[in-house]
Amino acid sequence: MAVFKEISPNASAGAKLGNWFENRFPTAFDAYRVHMSEYYAPKNFNIWYIFGALAMLVLVIQIVTGIFLVMHYKPDAALAFGSVEYIMRDVPWGWLIRYMHSTGASAFFIVVYLHMFRGLMYGSYRKPRELVWIFGCAIFLCLMAEAFMGYLLPWGQMSYWGAQVIVNLFAAVPFVGPDLALLIRGDYVVGDATLNRFFSFHVIAVPLVLLGLVMAHLLALHDVGSNNPDGVEIKGPNAPRDAQGHPLDGIPFHPYYTVHDIFMVSMFLMVFTAIIFFAPEFGGYFLEYNNFIPADPLKTPLHIAPVWYFTPYYSMLRAITGEMMYALMACVLAGAAFGIFKAKLPAFLKPVVAVAAIAVVAMMLSIDAKFWGVVVMGGAVVILFFLPWLDYSPVKSIRYRPDWHKYMYGVFVVNFVVLAYLGVQPPSAIGERVSQVGTLFYFGFFILMPWWSRVGASKPVPSRVNFVAH
Amino acid sequence: MSETPVDTRQIDASKRTWLIASGCVGAVGGVATAIPFVSTFQPSERAKAAGAAVEVDIAAIKPGEKVTVEWRGKPVWVIRRTPEQLAALGKVTNQLADPESKRKPAELTPEYARNEGRSIKPEFFVAVGICTHLGCSPSDKFQMGAQPSLPDDWQGGFLCPCHGSTFDMAGRVYKNKPAPDNLEIPPYMFLSDSRLLIGEDKKA
Repeated sequence: MAVFKEISPNASAGAKLGNWFENRFPTAFDAYRVHMSEYYAPKNFNIWYIFGALAMLVLVIQIVTGIFLVMHYKPDAALAFGSVEYIMRDVPWGWLIRYMHSTGASAFFIVVYLHMFRGLMYGSYRKPRELVWIFGCAIFLCLMAEAFMGYLLPWGQMSYWGAQVIVNLFAAVPFVGPDLALLIRGDYVVGDATLNRFFSFHVIAVPLVLLGLVMAHLLALHDVGSNNPDGVEIKGPNAPRDAQGHPLDGIPFHPYYTVHDIFMVSMFLMVFTAIIFFAPEFGGYFLEYNNFIPADPLKTPLHIAPVWYFTPYYSMLRAITGEMMYALMACVLAGAAFGIFKAKLPAFLKPVVAVAAIAVVAMMLSIDAKFWGVVVMGGAVVILFFLPWLDYSPVKSIRYRPDWHKYMYGVFVVNFVVLAYLGVQPPSAIGERVSQVGTLFYFGFFILMPWWSRVGASKPVPSRVNFVAH
Repeated sequence: MSETPVDTRQIDASKRTWLIASGCVGAVGGVATAIPFVSTFQPSERAKAAGAAVEVDIAAIKPGEKVTVEWRGKPVWVIRRTPEQLAALGKVTNQLADPESKRKPAELTPEYARNEGRSIKPEFFVAVGICTHLGCSPSDKFQMGAQPSLPDDWQGGFLCPCHGSTFDMAGRVYKNKPAPDNLEIPPYMFLSDSRLLIGEDKKA
């Protein structure tokens, strides 16, 4: 137990009250100091460092609007579609709450994708922030689960058929797949049972996990300290400090960054509310037109595509055809040949690599392309978790990496956007080829990173952050 | 709290054994408790009981037309194929992944449908309208010839809107498409010339 602090009898009533609470709940006061008033963040943050705070804001918006939507929504296959329309038309201001929630879903992904790209650019995932990155990737997975299950709830055509497709992805797993899909649906087709359990997951199970992960993400971040656009450790052993031991390149989160964030939050809210009021469907990208038709288990809409934030992965799923499998097998064999003839592996591992490669190719030949499509789609997300161990660049930040790395990142972003675009388009022969090349590039970017990230001369990293006072 | 000084470095082996044993018992109890929770994910008895056979009147179907009926929550198509459509089946054989319905015959193609038209009577084609890839319902592309998303020598069939798998007029999947298998043919039988029963066949 902490030492009981006595306060001068002449102190103000406010100070006495504060002391009364601090003696009874010191944890809260310590937390305020550790995470706010004495959390030193680098002073050279740029605009890219706003998206973490914005993600928190959107999370709060989603939770609050979600609580109010649940008061009027009915998770029943016969009533769900009607209850959403009821919220939109008859519940006072219900349309606003609903559009805040549906626009919030897309805003969440915009903010999180930018937040992740920031991490990629400045090497925020590298030692000692690997766990911060991994918690973040887990949050991203939870978000995807939230978005997917939430999208079923309005029980429109896209809700229904989107869920049908994604649940059937699990059926592609050899041996246990069909039973697994049955366990997820709770019926032989997507139906009332599926809707009910997705509702339960969406409103309570996944949000609880999500909140826990957000806590872990923030606590781990505050333990190791924030990275910055220069990738310089402001709390490192040789970093300059003032007389109190505070880093000279850092400023307290509160009040400096809280004020800064409040300004950016108001900028964000302007855009966010403009979308809610003037373009809540965002041309069919945030709320697809087909979802305004009630679910019909007998008829798939003529053009079905997931919501925009899933389309890059959806393109990769579509890219895996029988032909593409031969390209993937060639990649596996080339990788194994490289490992055996070029890489510095212990001799006893070489036959292991050869046998493993042959086994993988045999599996690729014997299991349907459908299953591998699912593996590629899942792998595209899972590979992010390994990023801290793939990057061998001697410097963290893109600022001091060889110039050609910037082009590499540029191509990666363009490739991701092209895959996203193809995912909303109807299938076509050219689109299929482009998405196949895009898929290979996406995975090549990560899998070959241990090699390409070392190529080229990096620039000298300064010992202090670059900072120009305003 | 005992007042006697205890050598903390000494491990009481029997206490540790009991700790491990009770930990194991606790884990078994935990797993046993998890089973009923996970079991609730299974289809309910009511869901299992649903799924009676469906009767369809086929007299009103004109050549080239399709009716869709619901059986076990899935769309089942009944199509009356035209002579041209039947003639086209032979032209596409070499472009198909499994023209003779040899894959997973027990699940996909009942014995009486293991022929070129995958049907009992060539004219009437009955199939579950669910793509074998990821469960979308393919759309009708009965018109022959070039059209968007389809090859120029298209002979009529189905296009899955989700991932672009194509099927011929007998529900046979084309090569190099995401769908691994032909469309499922449900058990069915003709009760008379104008009445069809979906969900049961003569064996049952």
